[in-house]
Amino acid sequence: MRLYADSSKCSGCKACLLACAFSHFKENNIRKAALAIDPHFPSPGKYEVRVCTQCGECAKICPVEAIPQNDKGAYSIDPDLCIACDACIDACPERVIFKIPGRDQPFECDLCGECVDFCGMSVLSIAE
Amino acid sequence: MNGYAGTILRVNLTTGEIKKEPYDPQVARDFVGGRGLGIHTLWTEVPRGTDPLSPANKLIASTGPLSGLLVPGAGKMDWACKSPLTGGYAGASVGGHLTAELKYAGYDAIIFEGASAKPVYLFIEDDRVELRDASGLWGKGSITTEEMLKKRLGEEFQVATIGPGGENLVKYACITHDYGRQAGRGGVGAVMGWKKLKAVAVRGTQTIPVAQPDRFWELSHAMYRACKEASGLEAWQRYGTTIVTSWCDEVGALPTRNFQQGSFEQGPGLYGQVMRERIVITDKGCFGCPSPCGKYSYTKKHGVFVEGPEYETIALCGSNCALGDIEDVAYANYLCDELGIDTISAGNAIAFAMDCYERGILTARETGGLELRFGNAEATFTLIERIARREGLGDLLAEGVKVAAQRIGKGSADYAVQVKGMEQSGYETHNATAMLLAYMTADVGAHHNRAWAITYDLQVGRDRVAPDKVARVIELQHIRPLFDAMGACRLQWVELSIDVTSYAPMMAAITGIERSWEDLLKISERIWNLTRMYWVREVDGFGREWDYPPPRFYKEPATGGPTKGQLTTFESVQKLLDMYYEQRSWSKDGIPTPQKLAELGLDRIVG
Repeated sequence: MRLYADSSKCSGCKACLLACAFSHFKENNIRKAALAIDPHFPSPGKYEVRVCTQCGECAKICPVEAIPQNDKGAYSIDPDLCIACDACIDACPERVIFKIPGRDQPFECDLCGECVDFCGMSVLSIAE
Repeated sequence: MNGYAGTILRVNLTTGEIKKEPYDPQVARDFVGGRGLGIHTLWTEVPRGTDPLSPANKLIASTGPLSGLLVPGAGKMDWACKSPLTGGYAGASVGGHLTAELKYAGYDAIIFEGASAKPVYLFIEDDRVELRDASGLWGKGSITTEEMLKKRLGEEFQVATIGPGGENLVKYACITHDYGRQAGRGGVGAVMGWKKLKAVAVRGTQTIPVAQPDRFWELSHAMYRACKEASGLEAWQRYGTTIVTSWCDEVGALPTRNFQQGSFEQGPGLYGQVMRERIVITDKGCFGCPSPCGKYSYTKKHGVFVEGPEYETIALCGSNCALGDIEDVAYANYLCDELGIDTISAGNAIAFAMDCYERGILTARETGGLELRFGNAEATFTLIERIARREGLGDLLAEGVKVAAQRIGKGSADYAVQVKGMEQSGYETHNATAMLLAYMTADVGAHHNRAWAITYDLQVGRDRVAPDKVARVIELQHIRPLFDAMGACRLQWVELSIDVTSYAPMMAAITGIERSWEDLLKISERIWNLTRMYWVREVDGFGREWDYPPPRFYKEPATGGPTKGQLTTFESVQKLLDMYYEQRSWSKDGIPTPQKLAELGLDRIVG
């Protein structure tokens, strides 16, 4: 399973970022999310949504094998094992592993699905 | 303070001093935030009789407790000042992402005081707040300025800026954000320009605290789910505000040729369906919005990108100037945005000039050779530029139609479609008495946003003059501004029929203060009455006459369309006002009574 994004439908509202942050940290803070929206304005006028594709590059590069797959099949950083070397951040081809305020370990998508629920434009979906 | 960042930034542009002050919890409790904080600050801090374009006037950018939170449409910010257009209160709401970013940076509001000697912009990144040189940005358009600042600072910065219109003190200059969202009305951009403040750029990384996280999460889920399941969602997402263009044209509410009638023979070319197919390239939402009304477009004919046009711009720059090509309206929209002037007042002012020209009140000598006939798109574009740069006739129209008519004379005041000095927005009101009353009594002048009552007119009979219509206007005047105080958009309630009372438990979960929806409406009534008292305080002789509608609607019947031959008599106007003042417990001259002020707890403030 993985998260898919149809960027052509995105209106850039960031509800997905907030839902991600709140579901994980109980915080209203778009800087604590595991996906990203890149606006391209004024030209050509579109949004680009970046999500984790579960490619596994992060797990491959991790020097302490701290990124096992969870029960949904998502590569998920184990905070007890992670040494915060940030190698996974640099290795991620989608740039969706994040250094977030107030936390040493990087943060990535665990396929909780809250972003999908909150998106009003049906941009996001979880599928094989 | 849950739901609030807890800090207000006070920026003195004369001295360069920047202070961080705690948000007074009593003010937050009594006035909520947003426009509530705006009018409270104007009342308590800006001395009576202040010239709007002087260092004593203040410009207040204020978020609300919902702003930046996981609540549908929580992307609204209010900009308030003493209005250079009307001499009374100006409060302009803008969507986008600025309001959220300011709270993430740790601030609920910014109060700008004084005036800078040279152009500056305000840089905010969390605790770091600096006034920076903006001489390289001065003279640049709004879209260009935002692009330059984002290239310099980073895409995550949210920017609000003025264009040449604000720099040149056009009385209806706006403040632009996110490449096409505006705090549009009342000349907030002129006050920013007078202060030599070109822009604000902000980025924040902090969390906004809520009192009851679990309850908040549950309510948030329920509200978004209700929006996603709403029957009106799909159509609204596709067309946004332009969904009403065809409806207005059909029922006779689409202002046409300077509000002479409510239906436009070329109207179908401007409908939302046509626009979507011809020019829209993406939906563009404000913060946290599941139903984005923003439609971002590209016009091949003119080779520019523009957010919109949305309904108001289509009505005022389109049908009201008799422009029938949506691409021409999009280009007029782009010019107004880049130059930084309000499309509503600009479209109204140009239509006024066209009306005067066709009647021989203005001649080619005054128009600088412009053939200012209705439907002349090129002349419209040229006049927008001249207004923003204050050239020729544009310099006069930059003062607004009320002042322009006073200076032109020759009976032109009958064609100035304004209330309290503010140009009327996009609903033709020859025969729609609730909507007419809404325009007459709106707290900024002839603006629709305080009470969109036109649907009620259609529902109960448009020419009826009865207490229920007045009651509906007052009810709306409390609900809609409450959203502006809470810092969220009203359109999920208006267009998706989200239960408006569900905002009360949401407010309680966020702030920790249990209040019913009725309690919150009482606060809104407090804000409304204080705003009224501000007009009373600031405008000599303020009273009943200031609530009179534009003469056109009682003197001259509609010239065509479904309302052809109809008007609202002056007797009906007086009756509407009598009922309105009575229901509000105001005097016969429209002044809040001491009893009403005491009931609302305003006696302590008003004195």
